[in-house]
Amino acid sequence: MENSVWINEDGYDVVVVGAGHAGCEAALAAARLGFRTIVFTVSVDSIALMPCNPNIGGSSKGHLVREVDALGGEMGKVIDQTFIQSKMLNKSKGPAVHSLRAQADKANYSRTMRQVLERQENLEIKQMEVVRILSEEGRVTGVQTFSGAVYPCKAVILCTGTYLRARCIYGEVSTYTGPNGLQAANHLTDSLKELGVVMYRFKTGTPARIDKNSVDFSKMEEQCGDEKVVPFSFTTDPEKVQIDQASCWLTYTNQKTHDIIRRNLDRSPLFSGMIEGTGPRYCPSIEDKVVKFADKDRHQVFIEPEGLETNEMYIGGMSSSLPEDVQYAMYRTVPGLENVKIVRNAYAIEYDCIDARQLKPSLEFRNIEGLFSCGQFNGSSGYEEAAAQGLMAGINAARKIQGKDAVILDRSAAYIGVLIDDLVTKESHEPYRMMTSRAEYRLLLRQDNADQRLTRIGYEIGLISRERYEKLLKKEEWIQSEIERVKHTNVGTSEKVQNLLKDYGSTPLGSGSSLAELIRRPELSYRALSEIDAKRPEIPDELREDVIDQVDIFIKYEGYISRQKRQVDQFKRLENKKIPEDIDYDLIKSLRIEAVQKLKEYRPVSVGQASRISGVSPADISVLLVYMGNEKQI
Amino acid sequence: MEDLHNTTIAAIATAMSDAGIGIVRMSGPDAFAIADRVYRGKKEKRLSEQQTHTIHYGYIMDKNDRIDEVLVMLMQGPRSYTGEDTVEIDCHGGVYVVKRILELLIENGARPAEPGEFTKRAFLNGKMDLSQAEAVGDLISSRNQYALQSSMNHLRGNIRNKICELRNEIIYHTAFIESALDDPEHINVDGYGEKLGKAVEKMMNQIHGLIETYDSGRMIREGIRTVILGKPNAGKSSLLNALLGEERAIVTEIAGTTRDILEEHINLKGISLNVTDTAGIRDTEDLVEKIGVERAQDYAEQADLILYVIDASMPLDENDQKIFHIIQGKKSVILLNKSDLDVVVKEEDVKNKYFASDPSIFASKEIMEFTIPVLNVSVKEKMGIDVLEETLKSLFYEGNLSFNDEIYITNVRHKTALQDAFSALERVMESIHSGMPEDFYSIDLLDAYESLGRITGESVGEDLVNEIFSKFCMGK
Repeated sequence: MENSVWINEDGYDVVVVGAGHAGCEAALAAARLGFRTIVFTVSVDSIALMPCNPNIGGSSKGHLVREVDALGGEMGKVIDQTFIQSKMLNKSKGPAVHSLRAQADKANYSRTMRQVLERQENLEIKQMEVVRILSEEGRVTGVQTFSGAVYPCKAVILCTGTYLRARCIYGEVSTYTGPNGLQAANHLTDSLKELGVVMYRFKTGTPARIDKNSVDFSKMEEQCGDEKVVPFSFTTDPEKVQIDQASCWLTYTNQKTHDIIRRNLDRSPLFSGMIEGTGPRYCPSIEDKVVKFADKDRHQVFIEPEGLETNEMYIGGMSSSLPEDVQYAMYRTVPGLENVKIVRNAYAIEYDCIDARQLKPSLEFRNIEGLFSCGQFNGSSGYEEAAAQGLMAGINAARKIQGKDAVILDRSAAYIGVLIDDLVTKESHEPYRMMTSRAEYRLLLRQDNADQRLTRIGYEIGLISRERYEKLLKKEEWIQSEIERVKHTNVGTSEKVQNLLKDYGSTPLGSGSSLAELIRRPELSYRALSEIDAKRPEIPDELREDVIDQVDIFIKYEGYISRQKRQVDQFKRLENKKIPEDIDYDLIKSLRIEAVQKLKEYRPVSVGQASRISGVSPADISVLLVYMGNEKQI
Repeated sequence: MEDLHNTTIAAIATAMSDAGIGIVRMSGPDAFAIADRVYRGKKEKRLSEQQTHTIHYGYIMDKNDRIDEVLVMLMQGPRSYTGEDTVEIDCHGGVYVVKRILELLIENGARPAEPGEFTKRAFLNGKMDLSQAEAVGDLISSRNQYALQSSMNHLRGNIRNKICELRNEIIYHTAFIESALDDPEHINVDGYGEKLGKAVEKMMNQIHGLIETYDSGRMIREGIRTVILGKPNAGKSSLLNALLGEERAIVTEIAGTTRDILEEHINLKGISLNVTDTAGIRDTEDLVEKIGVERAQDYAEQADLILYVIDASMPLDENDQKIFHIIQGKKSVILLNKSDLDVVVKEEDVKNKYFASDPSIFASKEIMEFTIPVLNVSVKEKMGIDVLEETLKSLFYEGNLSFNDEIYITNVRHKTALQDAFSALERVMESIHSGMPEDFYSIDLLDAYESLGRITGESVGEDLVNEIFSKFCMGK
């Protein structure tokens, strides 16, 4: 490995290690902000690969994609071009939990994203394994590759996904490869350990891929996409996503399936102890589900296409690491899969990742300046979680070089903020998945208002065009003026009004009422009132739908929304109290010992973050505030 | 959580005794407005319209009931102790009246102050010297630990269990809703409102019951923390039984029978006492007994009042000396028991021994006077018990004896937390009735969960996510 050292002199600013969903966003952001960026990947053919489920989005993950888009990221645009089915989940629930999920044509997604990278100015792609991070006096200076070459740079972004010392396992078969048999990266871990980075080992898994021709769809329920598709990206023309959609199929496991699994549990590497990594609870293998939820007599199985130009299909709900023969036996008990042919076996994968509490909320390592990390390497899971972190790491690496303050989204600003705050503040022993219940201010963090929350920030960063920003301002003006107008426009009890109410099954008015009060009724909406709203202005076509939706949501849920806004005010107070980096907790005598230990370990950036560390009590926070009050006066 | 500059806090500033004047203090942006709601003066003018740093004579009213005749002092921030708008209500003391006033303020929008919170606000508003930061920190830290401990120790088992059950039920429903939102293709929550509504109604009734428990019996027993000390077989347990009027503690002729600590709640002529009987104090090799002795010493340190029982038929020895050492600086009453037998210990002996227990007492001349009441009793013959009762009563009403207000304050906080939980569940019912989608329920369910957690000292943390994963099978 220690070949002759050649120093590359092309003068890169940013090195991105890995070209998965995190790496792509990181590299694009850095390059778009004007920095010479090179992205290393073990295989150029695996850029933006989707090695597990063939979809983007889903509950709360859809929010992340919308937020990435609102800040100027790429994922939403690419999926809008490459999806083959799309659904808005939770449509019958409140607007806060509506979430987009699209089936992707995997190969097309990967190819399209690669083309975006290839066309991007300032961005180069290089197929090579990075083996060392070079640093001087706690500051990154470059990377060294497997070939021995040194690439000097100002910032490094690690997005190694599941490739670090990866090992794929099923039954007694184990190979030292990354997903899909791709080459693992076996050297970087040692270099990171030398730098003092604390590593974890996590585990995840994926189900088998099967041949479409061997499936009997007549025994399954067809699952179609939405009639009217909503795009992920705020920039996508809604007309362009109204395509012919592919179907998914629903079937179920049964007692026979479960019997086979139970009989063969001793042959599972998870139960035999062959796998040491910690697996996620939210994404259990079918053997986990059968053991843990023994009372359930069946589990859902979704058969999803992997793309339009492939016969392969994904068996959602049945990931496994059981031996090959058991996989065949159990899959073939499922209605419709009686004669199924497996193209790729299901497997579990183990990989090295970090304890993300070593990072600042900017995703920079606390102890190594200029070194950033994101994605599964940080202990998260999911393409969307990776992309969101990648974007933020790319932005903050660029800002570091610019000498600007990091962009940190807090928990009241975005799901991205919740995600990163959780990762860097809470100890986790399993891959972290975004969930809507993790966002305490979710009524404000809706997928429909991601642009209003974040596009201004994206514009200030430099990833959003002036044109897009001005369109947002115009939209916001319309929303505000329409909200004001419907609040202050009264309708009488004319026959026209009463008839309209009757048509919608709504109680007639006893006296006059504002339009807003009528919109608040569950059975009515802004659209429903057009006949009795004589002075309704002509909203520009390209904004109309969005503006109307926003007015409806605001008026209907105003009470809840303003309550959450008050909670956010409260939250911000502590969040804005920054803790000096050089604070010496040992000097604060009144803190309990446990609190001192935790605070020294996590080094929170704000009192707000400190208050979320387990083991730090409200009284400790009071003491800390008193101490900091003191500091300020000096 | 931390909400400086935002909420108005209130607390009783004087000792909880029946003596002299009681002061209830309130600080924060709404202090004047809240005072307006409960005060009625001679003049028509409202307090908030009065000049700052003035005193007003009037009445504290609960709607149309006069609670007390009071003097109200107004101090506009920043010219006050905390630097915020502050109202001080001087009333005619009396534990009952002071409490009523505090509770009225809370009903009208104030919240019970956290331990050390007035001082903390004063400090953060720049009203204190920098050098005091550490002392302020210590105060907050120690008072909070003490409050937490007293909250834990005193919460009765059945109430604690009840609250835990409620919390478990709330988190279960929340987790079900949330798992369905996170994985709508595997878990269906449609129409859950009806089922949830029934459960929430039941929980609201239970919480209402707990609030009533608080109002009548109190969740935590308030009272003067009284510890009975003495050598083995001096008659400590018998004294407790005599005060209780029943045979509760084991009384035998064998010295060292009470190895553990017994606590009883006694109402003595209107004064509440939490009486703890302890193991006899003596040098011992018996491990179990030794632990008992150590615990007795700990209890004595925390006590508001010590009843020291001496077997007057036996001469004083070095163990007594030890006990005298413990009771120094404490409010105590010494009982010369077994006065029906041949008495060898007299009040004079007690005094001498007391001063001998610590030579430093002689050094400071002022404390030369011996103020501890010494009473002759015979617990067995029930002689002198009435004198003891009278003595305690006069100590209390003269203000020489007060009980620990931390317990009372804990009660107020608990009640506030229960009421918060109740209103949160009310909001859940509103959401259900007005046909809101299911995701709105969990927001207020979690609020209720958090409020109840304030009583048991548990925060939300990762509870919801853990519950989701442990109870519901997610897809993928």
